[in-house]
This record gives sequence, C-alpha cells and structure tokens, in this order.
Amino acid sequence: MKFDIVGKFRLWFFISAVMLGVGIAALAYNSFARGKAMNFGIDFTGGTVITLRFDQKAEIGRKIGDVRSILSGFDLRESVIQLVGENDLTIRSEPVDSDARAGIISELQSKFGSVELLEADTIGPVIGRELRKQAFWALLLATIGILLYVSFRFEFKYAVAAIVALWHDAIITVGIVALLWRSVDTVFVAALLTIIGYSINDTIVIFDRIRENKLKSRDQEDFGSVINGSVMQTLARSINTVMTTLFINVALLIFGGATLKDFAATLLIGFSLGAYSSIFIAPPLLYLTEKRFGKKKKRRA
Amino acid sequence: MGDTKIKLKVLGVILLVAASVFIYYSLPFTMGLDIQGGTRLVLQVESGRSSVPAEEALSGVIAVVRNRVDGLGVAEPIIQRKGDSQVIVELPGIKDPDHAIKILGETAQLEFVEAEWAPTDEKLLTPEKIRALYGENARLAKVEDGKDGRAASERLIVLKSTVLTGADLKGAWPSVDQYGNPVVDIEFNSKGAGTFANVTEKSVGRPIAIMLDKKVISAPSVREPIPSGKAQISGGFTAQQMHDLVVQLRGGALPVPVSVVETKIVGPTLGRDSLDKSIFAGIIGVITIVLFLTAYYRLPGFLASVALGIYFFLTIAVLCLFRTTLTLPGVAGFLLSIGMAVDANIIIFERLKEELKSGKKLRMAVEASFHKAFSSILDANVTTLIGAFTLFWLGTGTIKGFAVTLSAGIIVSMFTAIVITRFFLELMSDWNMVSDEKSSLLYRGFGK
Repeated sequence: MKFDIVGKFRLWFFISAVMLGVGIAALAYNSFARGKAMNFGIDFTGGTVITLRFDQKAEIGRKIGDVRSILSGFDLRESVIQLVGENDLTIRSEPVDSDARAGIISELQSKFGSVELLEADTIGPVIGRELRKQAFWALLLATIGILLYVSFRFEFKYAVAAIVALWHDAIITVGIVALLWRSVDTVFVAALLTIIGYSINDTIVIFDRIRENKLKSRDQEDFGSVINGSVMQTLARSINTVMTTLFINVALLIFGGATLKDFAATLLIGFSLGAYSSIFIAPPLLYLTEKRFGKKKKRRA
Repeated sequence: MGDTKIKLKVLGVILLVAASVFIYYSLPFTMGLDIQGGTRLVLQVESGRSSVPAEEALSGVIAVVRNRVDGLGVAEPIIQRKGDSQVIVELPGIKDPDHAIKILGETAQLEFVEAEWAPTDEKLLTPEKIRALYGENARLAKVEDGKDGRAASERLIVLKSTVLTGADLKGAWPSVDQYGNPVVDIEFNSKGAGTFANVTEKSVGRPIAIMLDKKVISAPSVREPIPSGKAQISGGFTAQQMHDLVVQLRGGALPVPVSVVETKIVGPTLGRDSLDKSIFAGIIGVITIVLFLTAYYRLPGFLASVALGIYFFLTIAVLCLFRTTLTLPGVAGFLLSIGMAVDANIIIFERLKEELKSGKKLRMAVEASFHKAFSSILDANVTTLIGAFTLFWLGTGTIKGFAVTLSAGIIVSMFTAIVITRFFLELMSDWNMVSDEKSSLLYRGFGK
C-alpha cells in the first residue's frame, strides 16, 4: 500500500483552499448580513444570559410571545429568547442588573407559576474587550512557544510547516463555527487552543519519524519518498489516535451537559482537521520548503 | 528481569494506586461554582476620581469585601484580586445571589452630619442663600420619614459638615426600638465617642443627619448630649435591610466605590446535572476506548487499558494533591487527556509491531520500541503542554480548571505510558504470556 502524499500536494492544498474559502466567505457573509463575523456570546460583547426552568404545566414553548412582552416592560424587547429542551428558556440581552433580573423572574413567576433560575451570567462590555485581547495574545503566545520548541528540537522549517498546519486547523474551525452560527465564548477560545495542542501533537509524531528516517537514509533517498514513507509508517497511529480521542468527544457530544456540548462539537471539527492537516498539509509543506530552500547537493535520487 | 525485581515493581505499582486512593479520600476535590452552584462576581474598583492610590484602594476593597462575605456566612468563599483594579468573589452554594450582590457592591459609607431643619421661607431655598446662611459647605437634602422601606413623607434639611464616619465605629448590632421597629444599635470607638459627645452637646434641639452613601436615612433631633458613644440608627428599615446594614457597618465602608462588572449565578440543579451527564459520557467514551484497544492490539491493548486505569487513579491523586477545583471544563480536560494517554500507548504498540515485523524477538522488540517511541512521545506532549500553559495564562476561572487537568493529564500520561505500560509489556514477554511472536494474542492481522 503506497500513497504519494507529497506528489499530490496540489490536490490537498486545493481541498484546504476550498475549506478556507468557505470559512472566510461565511465570516464575510456574517459581517454583512448579520452585522458581526461570528455569533459572539456575552463573554465577548458584554450582556446578560439567563437560563430559567419552567414548570411542565406552563407549556412555555408555546408562550414565548408572552415572555417577550414581559421583557418589553424592562426595555429588553431586543432579547434573544431560545427554548432549550421542553421547559428551559435562555434569554440573552443587554446587561441586566440584579434588581431587574429579580423583577423579571418575579413577573414570570406570577404569570407561569414556578420558575427556577438555573443560571445567570452578566458581563460588562469592558470584560468582553479584555477577553478578546487575551484570546489573541494566548493564540500568539502558543504559536511562538511551539515555534521555538520545534525549531530547537527539529529545524526551523519543520516548525514553520507545523505552525502553518495548526493555523490552517484553527482558521478553518473558526470558519466552520461561523458558518454554523454557533455561539462563541471563552470556552470556544479554550477549544481552539486545545485544537492547536492536538494538531501539533499529531504533526510532531509524523515529523519525528521523518527526522529519524532522514538520518537513516543518509541523504541517499529522495526527501519526498522519505516523507511519504514516514507518513505511511505512522498512518495506523494517526488513525487510531484520532479515533480514540473522537470516542470521548462523540460521547461528550451525545451525552454531555449543555455547556460541554458546544465545546465537544468544536473539538470534533478541530481534531478531524488536525488529523487531516498533519498528514496532508504539514508533510508536503515541509517537502516544498526543503525543495525550495534546502541544499541542492542533498538531492541525488 | 529477576524474580525479586518484578515483585518489587508490582509492589511499587500497587503502592502507587493505594497512595492515590488515600490522597483522594483525605484531600477531596473542591467543586467549582459551575458544579455545586453559587455566585461569582467581578468587582471593578472605581478609583478614577478618588484621591486614594489605586493599589491601596484595591487592597482596601478586598479587605472590606472579605469582612462582608464573612458577615454573610458563606462557606469557603474565594476572594482574589484580578489585574490592577478588579476583585473576583466566588460564593459557593449561596441561596440569594441578588442579595449578596447588593451587600457587596454598596459602598456603605456611613456619615454623621451636623444639620438643621431647613427654613420654611421658600425664597431662602437656593444653594447660594443656604451657603450664605449656614456656611461654605452647607447644602440642602431631603429626609424621608418612612416605615418598612417605603417613604411616607419628605422634609428638607440643611447639611453642614460631616463630623463622624463609619470608620469611627466600634460595633453595630441589630435591635428594635420601643415600637418594635427594626433599628441598628451602634457604638463609637473612644475617639469617636468623644467627638459624638461634643457634637451632641452643641446640637441640642437640632437634628443630626445620618447618611448612608450620600443619602440621608434619618435625622433624629438631639434632645440631650450623649456621652456614652452609643446611638441608634432608625430609618424605617425592614428587618432584612437592618441586617444588611449591620453586616456592612461591621465590615467597614469600601474606600472607593465599586461596580459589579460580571456576575455568574449557577443554580444547584444545573451544575449537578451537567456533572452527572459528563461523567456518564466519560464512562461511555472510556469503555469504547478499552474495547477498541483490546480488539485491535489484543493482549498489549488490554494491558494498556489496565495502565489507563492506573493513569486514572494517578491523575485524580495529582489533581487532589494540587487542591484543584473541579469544574465542568476541568472534567472535559481530564476526559480529553485520556485520549492523550492512549496515544502514547498507540505510538509504542505501532513501533512494537514494526520491530516484530523486522524479525526481532519479543523482548528485544519491546526494548527497541520504547527506545524509539520516546522522542516522539516527548516532543508531541511538550508541544501540547505549551498550548495548555497558554490556556492557563489566559485563565479565567473555569478555563484555568481545564488547563490544569489537561496539563496534569499529559504529564501523568507520559509516566504511565513510559513506565507502567513498559513494565507490563516486559512482564508479558518475561512470563511467556505470548508463546511466540506470531501468537494470536498479539496484533490482529499481524504478519499478513
């Protein structure tokens, strides 16, 4: 069984370009049609999210209009009201102080009977700005740290190929999440950084084998076939590892609580991309940089 | 391996697991707010216009908030500074979050102000006239006579100068007046008592305004000098308001105003429910992994599953040892690190398969596979750790929990893969569990 991973690089790059294109188009479309590139949650924008559990008998699913009219009384007509399951409502709005929140709940109680406050988050706009800044720095810092470590343990061009692959995964994940219009919050940033961690992990195991085989071949073999051979030798590991991580992920997605579902969904996208890019993007990139910038005398095959 | 050496190693593994279980029971997890329910607040210190230096204001706010939280009687609260101007307050399991927010967020600056009832002649009621008549600092204010927190009627009062503040108090107690209305009894410290005696002597027949956060809450007229340093604050309080005021007065006033910029309230139902769901998801995921490993890698896969069990105990023990707070993202991080722990085993087994294919004897192949797999396991995990560390640095509350469990998991997984799994595989070859390299207990489809 032999695949020419490196030789078909145009095909892989084309597939990635399509995914990137779709993602960027989604971001652009959202910016124009919806006013913001992604469905930023209150962690980024500031605001209030309240999750309430209503009595079964209230049949709240059919009375969202009534809930909205109560909210209008508090100047919150523009709130986003979402039914979760049968009896839970999520209300997302401008920042609401604790008096108004208590007022809303007591009015809802007088209209619908028992109402239990499951969760309430209020975040000021200042905090949102801080988070955006922090998220950016965290991504940058992680990239620099990985770049330095891989340059030190391997070579600079390995590091560059690995970094391109992980940004590829991160950007496409952002694009897909934008396309699906899923809510983006602190947990999403954590998911992105986790994806980066996994993506680099996958890539490094393959690079480690390339490094080893290159030393063994003593430059007798074409670098392209060294890379192809290394990818094939580690293929079973790549597949099995992504499968075991996906077992946990899918289990969280199906059985996990609401908070972790979005998290697991993002990871599912990112980990799949990570497995893809570590096989189809990073090794060909390494080959191309070697061909372009590597010493000519090494290529004797 | 010699017989004694094996026995010692087995004993070592058993002791390690036993120690983990012991640690788990002696240092149990603290549940995070998102699991046990509770309230998390971020207070922004508004020291902009104040003369108090920012650093002093922040530490002052923290001290006062701590006092007030103690007054609320919350078990295991967390109060910590965040950056230069914010304070994070976590109140686990609190029943009435709005009440707590109110108590913590109010400045509670108590002031005793020399005052006089305003003249009835309306022509005199301009700021200029008042200043001309009563001195440079004099200003008009309203006093509400009320009951149970509701205002009944209003009177105008002229405020002259602040003579005492909450800082001069020695104590505050809940009480009732002769009509059974809730009031707060206060006592000044010795310096405050002296001032109070002087002021009351000067003010006989005139009112003293008692102000809370720049609002007059009552203005009793002084009938006779009070030398004892004891006084009573009545303000038409409800019983709840009275108790809140006592907590605030005992805790002291905030040196600068604060605003609540972030609140997170989690009801007790949600967190418990999410934790149970996540644990169930984890169990399903782990069972699938164990089945997969055993089906694909046969005996080594089964041994790796046992190593995974040991990994499970060790990681929990490490997390308990570092007093980690268990949050939902933390649980997710732990579950994900199981995937990582399996990965190291998979790398080794795939190597082992190759080494066996190249014709090595089992024992030699085990040695070689560990030797060769080490660099990729190390490099792969270190790069992932770099990602986890930046997450820790980003660290807002629950995310920090995720970063901690993920990092701990990665480090422990390297140990279990390199030490424990290796030991098991060596046992497997030494005890001739597999008759030869082509045994059906080794890889499925191997050699074809």
